[in-house]
Formats: sequence, C-alpha cells, structure tokens
Amino acid sequence: MNKDMKILVVDDFSTMRRIIKNLLRDLGFSNTDEADDGNSALPMLQTGKYDFLVTDWNMPGMTGIELLKNVRADENLKTLPILMVTAEAKRDQIVAAAQAGVNGYVVKPFTAAVLKEKIEKIFERIDS
Amino acid sequence: MTEEKQLSDGPVSSFEAILKEQANSLKIMVDSGDLSGAMSIISDLNETRDKTLYQEVGRLTRTLHESIRNFHIDTENSSTQEELSKIEDASDRLAYVVDMTNKAANKTLDLVEETMPYASEISSEAKLLKDDWSRLQRKEMKPEEFRSLTTKMGVFLGKLSSDADKVYQNLSEILLAQDFQDLTGQVINRVTGLVKDVEENLVNLVRMAGKVDLITGAVHEVEQQETGDEGEGPQMHADTRDDVVSGQDDVDDLLSSLGF
Repeated sequence: MNKDMKILVVDDFSTMRRIIKNLLRDLGFSNTDEADDGNSALPMLQTGKYDFLVTDWNMPGMTGIELLKNVRADENLKTLPILMVTAEAKRDQIVAAAQAGVNGYVVKPFTAAVLKEKIEKIFERIDS
Repeated sequence: MTEEKQLSDGPVSSFEAILKEQANSLKIMVDSGDLSGAMSIISDLNETRDKTLYQEVGRLTRTLHESIRNFHIDTENSSTQEELSKIEDASDRLAYVVDMTNKAANKTLDLVEETMPYASEISSEAKLLKDDWSRLQRKEMKPEEFRSLTTKMGVFLGKLSSDADKVYQNLSEILLAQDFQDLTGQVINRVTGLVKDVEENLVNLVRMAGKVDLITGAVHEVEQQETGDEGEGPQMHADTRDDVVSGQDDVDDLLSSLGF
C-alpha cells in the first residue's frame, strides 16, 4: 500500500473531515484533500489525481451513493477504490452501496482501528 | 389529553346527533310535502356543519399558536438568557445547537492537533535519550559523550516539565469545551417538548379531519413514500430493529454474506 497515495475525503461536516484526515495522518497517509459533497468532489476526482475516495452518504447536493454511482459510471474512474464512512445503518442501504460497487463500508460512530482495518483490507484485495 | 379528546369529540358528536334528528324531520317534511320547511332544515344542517368545523379548526389553531408562543427558554445563566431570548423559534434554537456543537468540536480538534506534536516529540526525544542511557549503563560511553548526555538530559527535563504543563493546560481546556452539553441539552429538551405539544394538537386535528371526512364522505389517495438515494441519518433503537445494523460487526457480516 502506497502511503503517498492521494486521498479525497468527502463529508458535509468540517469536523468529520478533520477527524478522518487526522486518523488518516496517524495511519501514515498525509496526502489528503477535502470536499463537502458529491458536486464538489466529482470534478476533483475527474482530474485523475486521486487514488482513494473516502465519502459520507448523507450530504446536501450530491449524496455519497450518487457520487459512488457517478464514479463507477465514469470510464476513467470506475476502478477507484471507495470507502464509505456513514451513519446510514439500514441493511437495504448497505446492500445498495455494495451493489453500486463500494469497496468498504464503515458505520459511524467508528474507531481508528476499524478505519485502519477497512483501508488495509481494501488495498490487500487490490494488490493481490 | 382526555379533556382535549372530549372537547374535540363534543361538537362533532352533537353534530352527528343533530344530523340524525334533522334527517328524520327532513324525511317527515318531504313525505308530508312541506318543501320550504325541508329547505330550511337543509340550510340549518349546512350551518351547523360549517360552525362545527370552524369552531374546531379555530380552537386547534389557537392551541397550536399558544404552544409555539409559550416556547421560550428560562435559564439561570443571565448572559445565556439574554442570548437565548433573542432566538424566537425552534429552528433558530436548533441552529444554535448546531453552532455550539460545531464550535466545541472545532475547539477540541484545535487543542488535540496542538497537543499531539508535544506527545510525539517527547516520545521521540525520550527514545534517543534511552538509547544513550543504555550505552551509559553498559559502560560504553566516552567521557565527552557523557558530558553531552548530561547537557541533553538537562534540556530534555526542562522541556518535559514545560511541555507536560502545556499538555495538562490543553486537556483542561478540552474538558471545558464540553460545557455546550448543558446548554444544548436544555435547548433540545425544549424543542422536544414543543414537538410533542404540536404532535398532540395535530393528532386532534387529524381526528377532527377524520370526522369531517366521515361526514362529507371524502376519500383520499395515500401517497407512496419513495426510498432512494437520500440518506436518512443515524437510526434510533438499532439494537431492537431487524432492518438496521447494530454496529460494524453487523455490517461486516452482511457484506461477507454478499461475497465481500
């Protein structure tokens, strides 16, 4: 797993973005950018600079699941690894995210250990 | 609530009684050919129905208005009271909660981010000194290295003392930053109280509307609720519900059952 990879953190609450960025930095990933919803995230992703997307679900404008679907529908982005970090805890929603092609799903409130485990798992699967 | 129910049912049941009574009189008058008498009863009926409806809707509107007007915060804290008295409706109050929690979270994050480098610096400097210290204990140190070690040790102990003070000070500021809980708790309890009042009044209004529908014979189409991409936010009572996961382990089980 490349610790220099560029990560985009998408959440409408700035405090949650800060928390995730801090946790990522503790895990050795300090190359991170932020966006506050899908509408601002998608054009950033389309520049092709990002190696990993961490997104919330419930956001004004474009939601995380719509962002996920848009990314998977984009020829240049469809293989981008995506971790969803969200308070959405309905089984139907988790199944919908899995069907839309999410690579990992973390429910809030979460711990640093869970975030680490899920990121490692995603890249283990990709690298193998 | 029982008194409300009686008040709310009262005019409607008396309307039903009048309806039955006047329907009988109407039939008798139509049968006996008294058409002007029949017309006057029909007009009375209409009037009774309208009055019942207006009275009930008017009463409920007044109750709702009262509930909203009565919604104000009384707190002992004078500066807070002044601040809160400027805020007049529930959404402003909730915006105040969002603002307070946002400020507290940011203050806490600022202090944590400021404190973390102290901890990591103390840790890395202590590791270096520990290596030197081990060499000293194993008597592997030259006299000039030992002199340099004592200087470094002196500097480190001085820095450790002031850094620990700084860490302690930041921790107690983090402690104080949690004081929003008291204020936001009061505000949220008030808003919850208002929502309950409004709900009670709405239930009365719905019951009233049901009676009116019954009398007028109106039928409504029920709209189907769409479930889509909109998020719903945190789910309550997750541990007693089947359609909601109760934690990360549940999510992992569900995903692995889907072949993840």
